Parts: sequence; C-alpha cells; structure tokens
Amino acid sequence: MRTTPKTTLQDVLCTFCASGCDNLEITYEGRVIDSARNGCAISVSRFTTADRSRLLKPLVRKGGKLRPTTFARAIDRAARILNRAKYPLLYGWSQTSCEAISKGIELTELVGGLIDNTTTSCHGPTILGVQDAGEATCTLGEVRHSADLVVYWGCNPVHSHPRHTNRYTVFSEGRFRRTRKDRKLIVVDVRKTDTAKLADRFIQVEPNGDYELLTALRTAVNGEEIEQDTIAGVRVETVEEIAEMMMECEFGALFFGLGLTMTSGKHRNTEAALALVKDLNYVTKFVIVPMRGWFNVAGANEVSTWQTGYPYAVDLTQGYPKFNPGDTSAIDAMTRGEVDAALVVASDPVSHFPREAVKHLLKIPVIVLEPKRTPTSEAAEVVLPSAMLGVEAAGTIYRIDGVPLEAKKVIDPPLGVRSDVEILDAMIKRVKKLGARR
Amino acid sequence: MCYFAARSLGMSAIEVTVISGRSLSQARSRELGKFSEEYSRSVAVCELDPDDMKELGALDGENVRVKTRFGEVILRASVSRQAPHKRVAFIPYGAWASMLFGTATHTSGMPTLKGVKATVERAAEAKVANLHEITRMKAE
Repeated sequence: MRTTPKTTLQDVLCTFCASGCDNLEITYEGRVIDSARNGCAISVSRFTTADRSRLLKPLVRKGGKLRPTTFARAIDRAARILNRAKYPLLYGWSQTSCEAISKGIELTELVGGLIDNTTTSCHGPTILGVQDAGEATCTLGEVRHSADLVVYWGCNPVHSHPRHTNRYTVFSEGRFRRTRKDRKLIVVDVRKTDTAKLADRFIQVEPNGDYELLTALRTAVNGEEIEQDTIAGVRVETVEEIAEMMMECEFGALFFGLGLTMTSGKHRNTEAALALVKDLNYVTKFVIVPMRGWFNVAGANEVSTWQTGYPYAVDLTQGYPKFNPGDTSAIDAMTRGEVDAALVVASDPVSHFPREAVKHLLKIPVIVLEPKRTPTSEAAEVVLPSAMLGVEAAGTIYRIDGVPLEAKKVIDPPLGVRSDVEILDAMIKRVKKLGARR
Repeated sequence: MCYFAARSLGMSAIEVTVISGRSLSQARSRELGKFSEEYSRSVAVCELDPDDMKELGALDGENVRVKTRFGEVILRASVSRQAPHKRVAFIPYGAWASMLFGTATHTSGMPTLKGVKATVERAAEAKVANLHEITRMKAE
C-alpha cells in the first residue's frame, strides 16, 4: 500500500480567535492533520477535527428538502435569489479572508443590498465609542515588551483567547518586562473567572454597572472626590486604589471585551473606557485594545472601511454607502422584516441571533457559504460548501490590534470544495450575466 | 442553608441576571460540529453560583427552566467553577442562550446579550431541546 509521508509545516497561523498566534507547527499526512503543536486547546480541536461535520456537496432546496446539485446550478440559484431581492442582506465575513470580504462588498454593490459583519453583535459599540472618543492604542508587541500593568475588563481570555496572556501580557517574555513579577494584573468582571484567578487585584462589578465604575475611575484619576460609598458594588477606597495603580504604572494596557459592549450602555460604556485611557495619558502611558472575537472580524472592519468608508452595517441599496447602526444593522433590519433574502458567509445567525430576528430569517431565502453543518445551513435555500480558511485555503486576516497576517493553506480541501473567494467570484460573474441591478 | 433543607423547602425559583459568553469547552466542541453531542453538552448549560444552586435546591446536572421577558429555555444546571457570582447565571453563547434575549439594539446594532433579568426554576422532568427543536421554536 502506498503511504504519504508525514509533513510538518512551521509558523502556521491559527484561525480561531483574533489573537493571531502564528507559531503553530502542524503535522499532517495527506489530508489528515495529526497534531497542532504550540496551539491552545481550541487550535488543536480546529486543526485536528477539520473533517468533522463537513458540508461536501452544493445543496439546493427542492420539495422542502436540501438536495445535492452541481456547483453551477447552486451558483445560478443563488445569483437569481440575490438579483430578485429588493433588500438582500450579505452577512457574516469574520471567519473568512479579506480577499473574500472584498468580493462580498463588490457583490453587495452589484445586487444593491446591505452588508454587515459580525461586528454588529460583537464590538460594534466599540467602533461607535472610538468614533466618539478616539483611541489611544498600540500593537500587541509593544504591550508584550513594555506594559507593567495589564487590565482585563469584561473579558475572560483564559477561555476566549487562551494564549493571550502567554504571548502578549503577564506571562510573556518581553524585552523590558520579562516575567510575571514585572507586571501587575487587574481583572474587572461580574464573575471570578479563570482569568480573575490570575489577577493581583480582582474587582467584582455588579452586572450593568461598568459605566458607573468607569466614570468613578475617571473621577479619581482627575483628582475629584467621589461622593458615594460604593460604586456598582465596589467600595470607593478600592476605586481610588485602582486609579492609583493605573496612574503609577509606567505603561498600562487595558483590554476589554463584550462585558462592555453587550451590557446596558453599550457604546457609552466603551466610550467611557476610551475616555479613561485618554485621561490616564495625561499622567502616564496607557493604551486600550478591544479583545476582538473571530480571527478576522477586525479585517472585516478594515476592508469595509477602505472600500465603503464605513466599518459595518453598510447599506448600498441607493448606489452610495449609508451607515446608520440601529437602522442599517443586520439584527434591526431583520427584526423589522425588511430583508427579503440573505447571503450568509461563515456565520450562524440562526443559532446566535435573538428569536425575533431569526423568525424573519427563517421565512426568506438564505444562501449559505460554510465549511460545516450549522442550523443556518440546515435552514438554507442554497448551501455552498467552502474551504476552511487557514487550514484548506490561504488568505489575509487582521489581528486584534490591526496587524495584517497571512493565513496559510495546510491541506487540500475535500474534493470539489472551493474557497470563499472562488465561490463569490463565480456568483459575481453569474449575477453580472443575469443582468445585475447596477 | 444546607442543600437538603432547601430542596425539602421547595425553593424552586430564584431571580438572576443572565450573561452569555464564550467558554473554552463551547469553542472546542464547536469545531467538532454544532450537531455533535459534545457541543450541546457544552452549550445547553446554565452555570450558577454554588450558593444559588443550594438555594434553588438543584442538583449539579439537573435541568432548570430559565425565563426572561423575551423567552424561556430548558438548560442543564451546573455548579460554576468561576464563582463567586451570586445571582448571576452564565450561559455559553449559542442557540439556547439566544432564546432569552430581545432584539432592541438601542441604535448600536448590538442586542443586549449580557445583563438581562431572569428567573431560574427547577425543571428536572423537562427535556433540553436539541438544535433542530430550537430552530423550530424560533420559527414559531
């Protein structure tokens, strides 16, 4: 029997979270990945179980059931759905390459639709906060080498970004901060999370109390008196001690997660965090970096901004870009029942969106580009199986801090499965041939 | 209050604030496939503070009904290992958690997926719905 020799590929980028760990060693034989060294538990699962639960053939709904078809027929059906729609939504984009996102914007312009990425239900409020308050930031490399104080606020990287503390913050070996002893860690959360257990100071804030606590910290940093005993469940003495720790550090880095964006206050919370860091820069060096979730959600914002002028929730129905979150955002447009077709790329809104939004999505024709079976692919009109970026297809992605990185192709995709770029390219050609609206 | 006393007193509902979020086991099992048993075991879970579990009188692994003003869902109760978080219930992101949240985005595009008031009650006899059933409930 002929056997394929085992191959090891070095410096592979992990395409799960947006930490951008690019030192993985992947050993594979043919199409089978044996191991993913240097990766976290999620990385190992992503690479070594790539073949589990895969979609392998294009599917179209016929007689109420999804049935296998040819690639050309699936593309034709998808193009006709998008061409016919008056207000199609093209959604997802955070788990694919920048090249695919660029194609997605071209397609949205052609069919006259709304394009939104998963930022909308992630760090959308962060972007709105940045637009209001500005952002004092830096790359993760600078944090690794220089930060002597790290704050994780409303995020739990031990679970969501498992190697973040090892590669970039308290456990990393930087040039000027070499060990854990050289750094202090503050964690602010509503639970004593596994990240909080690593902290020098853990501040347990009441749910929905972040804005109050951030404002109290700003008050303390600005030398004003806080006229209360407790703020959002935190004693004023503690608030003042934390403010002092922040002012006394040489280089502070505040990382914040969805604990600020998904709670009451949303973009006002992030604006308060950004303003706190701005205030701190009058007394020391301090930076702020959002803990972006999916590996290319930052790239979705970058590509959308350089091509349309806006980072997410972009309406292109009028022939020019319009950005008005709350109106042109995916969940709002779906809840109002305005969207009449959807193209979902590498995302699963049927699982993750609130019930009222999904109720409408399940009534309209949905086209899905996805490597694995999901509730959204099960409910689709057309399913186009795609290659897993960073495993079976190469492309560009953006890390949490806006640094672009190259995702490698490690193994071939299953026979007949194409990359998102190839599928979207074919769809654009078909839409043009059918006579695009624009 | 001791666990057996709480159970015999029948304190079957508590008020909590629900937060949804990422968990390591949810992320790992997602890669195995959303229809895998590992995924539903990791995601259809409600993590409660040990004191809240005692007060509720629920056993680790017993099913509970979580209700908000937007919807309800049956989940497997689990004693939190990331405690204390008194009166805060943690549910991993996913189809089950999304049954509990509304669509208002307050002009941000972002619905409130953390910090929603809820009640948790024991529902040992109720069954945790699978993903197909959750999709059907969402369609209704």
